[in-house]
This record gives sequence, structure tokens and C-alpha cells, in this order.
Amino acid sequence: MTLLTHEPYSEPYVLNIGPQHPSTHGVFRIRVVMDGERIDDIEMIVGYLHRSMEKLAEERTYTQNIPFTDRADYLAGMSNNLGYCLAAEQLSGVEVPDRAQYLRVIFAELQRIASHAMANGQLVSDAGALQTPLLYMWREREKVLDLFEMTCGARLTTNYMRIGGVAFDPPPEFYPAVEQLLADLPDRIDEYHTLLIENEIFLARTKGVAPISAEDAINGSLTGPMLRASGVPWDLRKADAYGIYDRFKFEVPVGRVGDVWDRFMVRMEEVKQSASIIRQALDGLPAGAHKTDVPLALRPEPGEAYARVEGPRGELGFYLVSDGGPAPARFHIRAPSLINLSLLKQMAVGSSLPDAIVALGSIDIVVGEIDR
Amino acid sequence: MPRAVHQLDGHDVGRRLNAALSGVVLRATEEWVEVEAGRIVDALRWLRDDPEMDAAQLSCLTAVDQHDRFEVVYFLQSLDNNHQIEVKAVLEDHDTPSLPSCYSVYTGALLQELETYDLMGIRFEGHPDLKRLFLWEGFPGHPLRKDFLKLEGRFPGLPSFPYEEQGVQAR
Repeated sequence: MTLLTHEPYSEPYVLNIGPQHPSTHGVFRIRVVMDGERIDDIEMIVGYLHRSMEKLAEERTYTQNIPFTDRADYLAGMSNNLGYCLAAEQLSGVEVPDRAQYLRVIFAELQRIASHAMANGQLVSDAGALQTPLLYMWREREKVLDLFEMTCGARLTTNYMRIGGVAFDPPPEFYPAVEQLLADLPDRIDEYHTLLIENEIFLARTKGVAPISAEDAINGSLTGPMLRASGVPWDLRKADAYGIYDRFKFEVPVGRVGDVWDRFMVRMEEVKQSASIIRQALDGLPAGAHKTDVPLALRPEPGEAYARVEGPRGELGFYLVSDGGPAPARFHIRAPSLINLSLLKQMAVGSSLPDAIVALGSIDIVVGEIDR
Repeated sequence: MPRAVHQLDGHDVGRRLNAALSGVVLRATEEWVEVEAGRIVDALRWLRDDPEMDAAQLSCLTAVDQHDRFEVVYFLQSLDNNHQIEVKAVLEDHDTPSLPSCYSVYTGALLQELETYDLMGIRFEGHPDLKRLFLWEGFPGHPLRKDFLKLEGRFPGLPSFPYEEQGVQAR
């Protein structure tokens, strides 16, 4: 007896994911063309969070634009503040006092710890370990956000850096709290290692999934942990050594094959390196002024500046053009979240939907930064 | 104007580029090198493949509206030699600007060109899927243009600090 009366028949169908979906980390939509279990094509639909920041910035003074930057990538407000202030300082030739340089490094690295905790937690959550590891990792993030709150009053939209320094000196209670965080961190990281590194399910979901070769990663403009996971030791803190990063000793962790697992591990290692940088910065923190007096009415000479920092997600660049007026004539954010998505299609096509979800999680997108 | 860390002198890049592809360089300054818009792909390919220039990565692509013309700005990055090259292409046609897409040289241009097309209205000929990225098809105009919706007097920019005309000095 034969059960099949005709040839097996399949036709592609379109699956819509998002804009509201737990694995899209915000309002991000993907249309996936599937043939059975296999992804044939994907189309990203972004722009649900587009706020036209770059246009709005053309109508605001250089100082008024600082709060926009932390609202672009709301999970790495400090890094965004830092990148923008570096660009504005480059444009207007402002010097930053030594203490402010150290405080900037401390807060940018704290931000990296918080952001990587979020990224890795979400990645594990996408891989199926719903919520528990995520909330474990958020313990550290909460501690970091508490530090931000006691220093500048805000947890996400920090608005802390200023052109020529930082807005406030940390309060006295900041120092014991950050010492406590640094003391706790190694144990906490070990805890994640025992939770996840030997977890068979997590290994199966991430090892060998969505690999990107070093050549593809470079040509595809990938930066940050995505690029380093592919084995390219490229870190702007070393390459550009912006600010005072040349004064600190740290390593640049790299992966081997550039799969999801490597991205996870690179972020995990970077948290350790960030903790080491914060330790060194706290030890070397000089006394003195935390900002220079820069007039609010800043009119830089006509010209342009492109400053970039190693944000948690990659090269975070700020391109400013001045025409001599009180507001920038052009304000562009080189958003690593958007550009790292360039290779999403390459990663997803041919794989299965659960793998594509994990691949998307490993890119660590922030929709506020994609859409701006 | 202070140049970014490790940025190559535009004069130097221009000289080499011109020696390889004669006449492609239109202008060069200390910061950047301006190439002929129609030959941008050749120029970028040469910069990528030349071992000394080694511009392996397109780090940032964006555009600037200069009221009567557009500047498309490319920041190229050499990862091995750790230097940065800034290339510009100027589009004189302000109404229907277009230039060849560099997707064939750098796949990283995929979304950056879409973003520039969406917000500036610069067509990148040869892009695999040129469509609007953030805004929807049919959205009137391209917001980052200075003459967006012809809102004269409102745009562009901030003419002066608040109350500056009344003689109030901003701090």
C-alpha cells in the first residue's frame, strides 16, 4: 500500500516576526520567507522608532544635543555621550581635564559591563533559557545603573558627559559601591560560567551557529564584539587610544570561528577586561576639576569632525559638520547596531528559524540606535 | 582643524590615487580627498586592494547637504596598518542626485546606502535593493535635505542663540 498519492509538495510561505516580539528586542520587524523549516529569504523592516534625531540636532546647540545621544542607544548612554562629546571637542578644540578623562573611562566601562550583561542575558533568553539567566545577569546591571543614578540622577538616559568634561563629580557613596561591584564581579562571572558554559542545551544552540569569517566581517563593516568574535583583534580603545586609554593595560579577547558562542564568550571576557580598566582608573583617579568652563554658546569654526569610540556594540562614530553657526549643520551617528545587521541575511538564509533568532540575539541590536 | 587619530593626509592619498587612476581625484585637502562621483567605485576598489592603502573596511558612509550640492562621505579603515582615509564625492545635481553604489566593493554599504537614500534622497545606482529604510514608500521628501518640504524660514538650522538678537549674551 502506498500512502503518498502524489509527489511531496512544498511551497514557500511568509512568516512575520514582530514588530512586537520578545526576540526582536524592541520594535523591529522581520519578514521571513520559509520553505518548510529552511529560511529562503529575509527582509528587515525598521523605522518604528525613528525620531529623526539627525534632523532635530540641526536645530539645537551643541550642548543641547548631548541628551539626544543617550536616547539613541539607550542601553549605552554613557558611551554615546562620550562619542558625541569627543566629536564636539575635536570640532571646537576644547581640552578636557585629567580627572574628567578618568571619570569618562570609569563610566564608559561601567556602561560596557551593564550593556554586555544585557546582551548576553538576552542572547541566553533567545536560546530558550527564558528569563532566569537574564535576571541573574541583570543583578550586575542594576548595580551599575544604581551607580549612574547616584552620580547623575538617571539610569538609562544619563546625559552625564559634557563638552569639556563631565557634569558632576561622583558622590562619596559612589566609591564604596563601585568597590563592592568590582569585588563581587569575578564570583558572578564564575556563576554564569557554571550555569552556561557546560550547559549542553546552550552549547547546542550556539556552537557553530551563524558563523562569519574574518574577511566577511571586515568587508561587511562589522565592528565590536561581532568582529572580534571572528578572530580580528580590532578594538578602537587600542587602535585609536582615544582619551586616555593608552594609560591602561587590558587585553582584547577574540573568538576563533565567529559563531554565536564566540560572540557570547567575547562579551563575557570583555566584562572582565572592563572591570580591570575600572580598577586601574579608580587607582589612578587624580584630584582636580571635573570639567573646564566651555561657553554654552559654542560656535565652532566651519569644518568637520569624526570621532568614534568603542561602544559596547562596536564602532560608535559621530560625524559633525559645522558651518560656523550655533548648531551643527550635520549630525550623523554611525550606529553599530544598524551596520552590524548588514550580514543578518547572510547569517539567516539557509538556516532554521530558531537559529536565526539566536543569530539576531548575538548581534545585540538596540532598536533606538538602529532607527534613531 | 585637528585631524582624527591616524588619519592619512588627503594630499598623499590623492597623489597615489591619481597615479593609479589618472584624473579621478578632483581635490585634496589635509583631511580628505575628493574623487569624481562617477568613478567612486573604481577609486574605492583601488584603495581597498592597494597593499599600502589597505582600506579593508568601509567604516562609515554618510552624506551632507551643502544647500546647492551634496557631499557623500566615505570613511575607510585599514585594520592592518591602523589608518583612516576620508573620501568624498560631490554631487552637483541637487534635485536628483545619484552615484554608483559601492556595494560590490564593500558589503557593509548595504544599509548605510539605504539610510542615505531614505533621508537624503541620493540614489545609489546598482544597489541590490534600493528602497526606503526608516520611512515608508510614499513619504513626501527626504528629511535630512535642507530644503525638506520647502519649509523656508523654519529650516535649515538654528540661525542664532535664543535672545541673541535682543543683545542677551549666552553664557
